[in-house]
Amino acid sequence: MTSPLLIKGARPYGEGAPIDLLVRDGVVAAMGADVSAADATGAEVLAADGLVALPGFVDLHTHLREPGREDTETIATGSAAAALGGYTAVFAMANTDPVADNAVVVEHVWRRGREVGLVDVHPVGAVTVGLRGEKLAELGTMARSAAGVRMFSDDGLCVFDPLIMRRALEYTRALGGVVAQHAEEPRLTVGAQAHEGEVAARLGLTGWPAVAEESIVARDCLLAQHVGARLHVCHVSTAGTADVLRWARNRPAGVAGRMAEAVVSAEVTPHHLLLTDERLTDYDPVNKVNPPLRTGGDAEALRRALAEGVIDCVATDHAPHAVQDKDCEWAAARPGMLGLQTALSIVVRTMVETGLLDWRGVARVMSERPAEIAGLPDQGRPIAVGEPANLVLVDPDARWTVRGAELASIAANTPYEGMELPARVVGTVFHGRPTSWDGKVRH
Amino acid sequence: MRHLLSTLDLDADAATELLDTAAKLKATLLGREVRKLPTLRGRTVVTMFYESSTRTRVSFEVAGKWMSADVINVSAGGSSVGKGESLRDTALTLAAAGADCVVVRHPASGAAQRLAHWLSDNGTAVVNAGDGMHEHPTQALLDAATLRERLGELAGRRVGIVGDVLHSRVARSNVHLLRTLGAEVVLVAPPTLLPAGVDDWNVPVSYELDPELPALDAVMMLRVQAERMHGGFFPSAREYSIAYGLNEARLRMLPEHAVVLHPGPMLRGMEIASAVADSPRAAITQQVSNGVHVRMAVLYHLLAAGAEETRTKETV
Repeated sequence: MTSPLLIKGARPYGEGAPIDLLVRDGVVAAMGADVSAADATGAEVLAADGLVALPGFVDLHTHLREPGREDTETIATGSAAAALGGYTAVFAMANTDPVADNAVVVEHVWRRGREVGLVDVHPVGAVTVGLRGEKLAELGTMARSAAGVRMFSDDGLCVFDPLIMRRALEYTRALGGVVAQHAEEPRLTVGAQAHEGEVAARLGLTGWPAVAEESIVARDCLLAQHVGARLHVCHVSTAGTADVLRWARNRPAGVAGRMAEAVVSAEVTPHHLLLTDERLTDYDPVNKVNPPLRTGGDAEALRRALAEGVIDCVATDHAPHAVQDKDCEWAAARPGMLGLQTALSIVVRTMVETGLLDWRGVARVMSERPAEIAGLPDQGRPIAVGEPANLVLVDPDARWTVRGAELASIAANTPYEGMELPARVVGTVFHGRPTSWDGKVRH
Repeated sequence: MRHLLSTLDLDADAATELLDTAAKLKATLLGREVRKLPTLRGRTVVTMFYESSTRTRVSFEVAGKWMSADVINVSAGGSSVGKGESLRDTALTLAAAGADCVVVRHPASGAAQRLAHWLSDNGTAVVNAGDGMHEHPTQALLDAATLRERLGELAGRRVGIVGDVLHSRVARSNVHLLRTLGAEVVLVAPPTLLPAGVDDWNVPVSYELDPELPALDAVMMLRVQAERMHGGFFPSAREYSIAYGLNEARLRMLPEHAVVLHPGPMLRGMEIASAVADSPRAAITQQVSNGVHVRMAVLYHLLAAGAEETRTKETV
C-alpha cells in the first residue's frame, strides 16, 4: 500500500480558504478541519500553498503511438506527458500499427499502461477492421477483454458508410459502448489540406470545407437517435457543427425512433479553441492538423458551445509526429500536434481568462464530463471524503513558456513553441499517489 | 530582395524596378550577335523541377546562361529526389554544393517558402518557379512586362483573368501583382473553378465572359488542365468552351487595343481558338520572350545587385 498523502493548503475548485486533504488507500480520507495531526503522521506532505485542486483530467482522445511508432511516442512517454499535464486517465486511439481492432492489441496497450502506472490508459477499439470502414471489428471481444473497451473509434478516418455506422451504433448498445466519430465526409475532402476559406484560397491549399464535418455529424446524430445509441463526436471544429449539436439535443422527445435512449456527446480540442488558419501563412506543418485550424469565428463559437455545454468536454487529440513527418512541405506532412501538457493552459487562456468558465467549469469539461462519457466510475468524481483520490493541483497565477524539446513526449511538434501561457499543473495525484510534482514525473 | 516567393512580397517600386531592369536587359541584348553578359560570372544557379515544365525551365536556364551564370538542372526523375530524399535534404545538399540560387518548381503549395526557410542560414536565394496552386511570380512579372509593352503603364487598366482560377498559381500571382501596379482585375469563371474564399479578395468576379469583354484592356486565358475536365468541375469540355472559350466572335467584342495573353501551354480549340491565338492581338510568343528578360532581371536583383557589398562583408 502506498503511504498516506497530506495535501496542505489546497483550494478545491479554487473556492474558499485553503484546506488540507488527507489521502489514504487511494481515496480522500479527510478534508479541512477533520484532518487530525494523528492521521497525518507519517504522511508524505505536498505543499499546495493555495493551489487550485481539481479532479484529475480525463482525455478521451490521445495518440500514444505504441505499437508502431515508438520513435515518436510510447505508452511510457505519453503517460509521463499525461501525468505532467494533470491527467489521471487517457484514451489511446486505435490507429496504431497494428491497428487496435482486436483483443490482442487492446490488451497489450492496457497492460503496458498498467505497467507504466502513471495514468489509466484505456485503449479505444477500432470500429472497423483495419480502420478501413468496411467490416465491423470484433467490438464485443474487445469489450469483454481485460482492457474492457467501451469506446470505439476509427479516428483519423471517418466511418463513412451509413450502414456500417448504423450497425456500429446499434451493436455497441449491447456493450454499453460509445462510438466516437471522426466526422469527415471523404468525398468532400479529397486532397483537403486546410480550412476552406480565404486563407486556403490565398495559399493555394485544397479546402477542407466545414460542411464535410457538419453533414456527417448531422447524419450521425440522426442515426444515433434512430437506433437509440451513444454517439461521441470527436474534435468538433466548426461553428456549424456546434449548431447541429444544439439542434440534435433540442429535438422534441419522440420525434425519432429511440430518441429517449440516445446520447450525443462531443469534444473540442484546445487548439481549435485557440488557434486559427491565419497561422498557416508560413506553411509550417506544425500547424497542420485534422480537422484543420479554422477561423476566429469558429473558435469563438466553439468556446461558447463549450461554456454552454453543447460541447461536453475538452480532448487533446495529442498526436506526436517525427521531425521528418513535419519538417517538410505542407502537403507531405502528417496532421496532428502535441497537446497533453499544454491543454490546461490553453483552456485557461480561452475559457477562464475570458470569463466563460470558472474552475468548477474547468473540472466539468476536463474531468467530470469525459469520465461520464467514457463510463469511468473512479474518475471525474467530486473532491470529497470517500471519493477516489484522482486529483490535479494547479497554480492559476503561474506563467510558463512552451518548449517542445522540454516536453515529456519523444516528438516535439507543439504549435505553442515559444508561447507564454497562463496556469501550470504543479502536481497530479493518481489513485492516491503523486505521479508528477513541480514539473517532474514521479514513478 | 532575398528571395522571390510571391508577388505579394513586391511593392509597386520593387515590381517596377524589376520590370525596368527586364526592359533594359531586353534593349541591351536586342540585335546583338552574341547574347551574353558577364553579370553573373562565377555564380551558380540550380533549377530544381519536381513537375514537368518546358517553357519555364528553359526560360530560367537561358536567363542564367545569358548572364554567364553556371546553370545546373536537377529533375525529380534523374537524381536522389527520385530515391525519396526529402525536399529539405535535397535543398541543403544543393546549398552545400555551392548553389547561389535555387529555382524551384514543386507540386506542393508553399514548397518554395519552406525551402527559403531551410536555406535561411545559407544565404542561398530561392526563386519560386511555381508551387502547387499557390504562386508563379515570374509568370506574373512576364505578363506585366508584356502588358507594359503593349499598353504602356498598367495603372487604371482592366485585366480579365478567365478560367480555372481555383487551381491556378498564375492567377494568384497575377491578381496580386496587377493590383499592386494599379490595374483592376476581374475574375471570370464558373463558380466551381473559383476558390471558396474569393469574396475576400475584393476582386470583381463574373460567371459570364461576354459582358466583361468590352471593358477589358487585356484578357488572360488560363489553361484548363485535363484532370479538371474529368474532375466534375464542369459538365463537359464543349460546354466550357462555349461559355468561356475565347473565339473569334469574342475577340471582336474586345476593344481594338486589347491584348490576349495565355501562360501556355495552350489547349487550342478549348479555352482559346487557334485563330485567336495566332492573331496579332495575342501576345503569347512575346510573353515567352519577355519571360527570359524578366527572369534575367530577377536573377540579377537576387545575385548581382548589392551582392558586391554582401560579398565584401562575408570576406571580412
